[in-house]
Amino acid sequence: MTDTVSEGKDIQDNVGATEPLLKVSGLVKHFPINKGLLRRQVGAVRAVDGLDFQVMPGETLGVVGESGCGKSTMGRLITRLLEPTGGKVEFEGRDITHLGTSAMRPMRRDVQMIFQDPYSSLNPRHTVGTIVSAPFRLQKVETEHGTKKAVQDLLELVGLSPEHYNRYPHEFSGGQRQRIGIARALALKPKLVVADEPVSALDVSIQAQVVNLLDDLQSELGLTYVIIAHDLSVIRHVSDRIAVMYLGKIVEIADRESLYGKPMHPYTNALMSAVPVPDPKRRTQRKRILLTGDVPSPISPPSGCRFHTRCWKATEVCKTTEPPLVALRTGHQVACHHPENAPE
Amino acid sequence: MSKLSKTSAVPDMVPEPRRPDDAPPQFLSVRDLKVHFPTDDGVVKSVDGLSFDLEKGKTLGIVGESGSGKSVTSLSILGLHRTGSRSRNARISGEIWLDGEELLSADAARVRELRGQKMAMIFQDPLTAMHPYFSVGQQIIEAYRVHHPEAGKKEARKRTIEMLDRVGIPQPDRRVDDHPHQFSGGMRQRAMIAMALVNDPSLLIADEPTTALDVTVQAQILDLIRDLQKEFGSAVIIITHDLGVVAELADDILVMYGGKCIEKGSAEAIFERPEHPYTWGLLGSMPRLDRERADRLNPVKGSPPSLINVPSGCAFHPRCPYADLTEGASRTVVPVLSEVGSRHFAACHLGQADRERIWTEEIAPNL
Repeated sequence: MTDTVSEGKDIQDNVGATEPLLKVSGLVKHFPINKGLLRRQVGAVRAVDGLDFQVMPGETLGVVGESGCGKSTMGRLITRLLEPTGGKVEFEGRDITHLGTSAMRPMRRDVQMIFQDPYSSLNPRHTVGTIVSAPFRLQKVETEHGTKKAVQDLLELVGLSPEHYNRYPHEFSGGQRQRIGIARALALKPKLVVADEPVSALDVSIQAQVVNLLDDLQSELGLTYVIIAHDLSVIRHVSDRIAVMYLGKIVEIADRESLYGKPMHPYTNALMSAVPVPDPKRRTQRKRILLTGDVPSPISPPSGCRFHTRCWKATEVCKTTEPPLVALRTGHQVACHHPENAPE
Repeated sequence: MSKLSKTSAVPDMVPEPRRPDDAPPQFLSVRDLKVHFPTDDGVVKSVDGLSFDLEKGKTLGIVGESGSGKSVTSLSILGLHRTGSRSRNARISGEIWLDGEELLSADAARVRELRGQKMAMIFQDPLTAMHPYFSVGQQIIEAYRVHHPEAGKKEARKRTIEMLDRVGIPQPDRRVDDHPHQFSGGMRQRAMIAMALVNDPSLLIADEPTTALDVTVQAQILDLIRDLQKEFGSAVIIITHDLGVVAELADDILVMYGGKCIEKGSAEAIFERPEHPYTWGLLGSMPRLDRERADRLNPVKGSPPSLINVPSGCAFHPRCPYADLTEGASRTVVPVLSEVGSRHFAACHLGQADRERIWTEEIAPNL
């Protein structure tokens, strides 16, 4: 990982590459539910309820989980599109948790986002040129040969033709629109790119193209990624380390080999066994763990370990006490009273 | 879960039409189906000559990407593209035989009788497919009573609750009065399955039934569909772009591209020995949990074709890495489905020898 980082990227103020680029501690986001004439707060959607993790420069952290786990909210919190209700977000050692708009503005050059829906994330009334040159305009960045040339170079970088400069989003396919979104995110050479479900809206044959593109760009530009997705196969392909989220909390973080080889949290196990495998012979062979019911609501999450209502291993302690996220010697972290595959 | 009684207590109001002598023997037989939509920009050839058969108790998986024509195929079987006398709507030709009855030439009243009873559909997004103003119970009861007009309200409600129970909805006697938005995604899809099955259809079409669902819920729904098929013996068509889902459920697979079938065969044959470059591309471009992690994915280059300006010859030729091996045929001649194995067909100009060589040397080692 350090090789990629030292090529053509300067790490501000940090010695070597041992300081995390992004550090999140106790991150909380509650959305209030207001009812009645006086709009009193009667409850809250506890979308993100205490996250701790770090992202090192040059690596890709994959965040995986199902609906309502809070992964998209987490993505918006670390890019400060939302303000946290509690906890801390540190970027390059600097606390950005409660920075105001003008203080955040220079940071926005360094942290960019790629959105899920290629149809709603591009302004349909702007040309591709306007869309991709917006970051230069908004940050008042001067380029060597002019903004138009910079934009055309970016379009080529993502596999589009520079002639597309004057076209409108509706003239492109989903995969091409996603590339435009990527070009826009990379315009100011950010350090951290948060991609929220970057390929789930795309056809299978196009997904692979965009995944390869993100891979290439990371090597070429020394980017650090946080990739949020629900597709476990895609996440395994793109990530160095993976965090599994459930109902606003991280239940397991490990590097790719450990997580997919020896998952420790029962939820991670269930997730992996639920992924349909494209091999009809395995149909009868596989031992599938079927979880009962659906994910509980984040408005009133279960007591103790949030997963206990669907967990086949749950005991009394699971119902009363929330398990902390504990790290093993290998760096593998898991929050469970009865982890599987646990070394003795 | 209770075992359901078949609704044969009440005799059919309209006698079944006599099966004509030239009717094909298969339960469902689609012959040379074409569905074209005239638009201001040109004719959109959504389905352009599709043929397949299906027997009761079997599952056919129709696989394809956006714009391959798979959804339009299922809507045509259900007769949802039929027009009155308007000329700007779909132009449909070909034959669709269901249990000895040809549907495209049948009159609208007959198709309406069959729709929801003999053949039913599970849609992709239950939140948009179900009416938000009416309770789930009311909608299922309606589906039941439309086809059993002599059934009383109590009987219909009892049947509905039975059905909700069968699909795994807890406390069905309470939830029957809830509205769709009060269900979670997985429960809503189960309710939709209950609605589709309430009249014991012999043909069930599931159009991307789990795309909108989380993976753990998807696993439950796929299991449910499989169990229900075993119990009721229906013919099932599952339409999806997800090769994992189709491997779980389908006995046979049909791969669509540009409005045509480019390969069809048993699920084992298609996954173990695919015979079309597009199928190779699809299988090769997916990251898979059951294999070693590949350093790089092998995407199919380019994008799915426009259905207004379908490429000449083989619709896949602009994206095909082997088009040059066909001495120009891919560019000019539309390939026909020909037998490449036992009950295995592919529409490709590549010679048998070339296909074998490419498979053994390039494709199989990387899958």
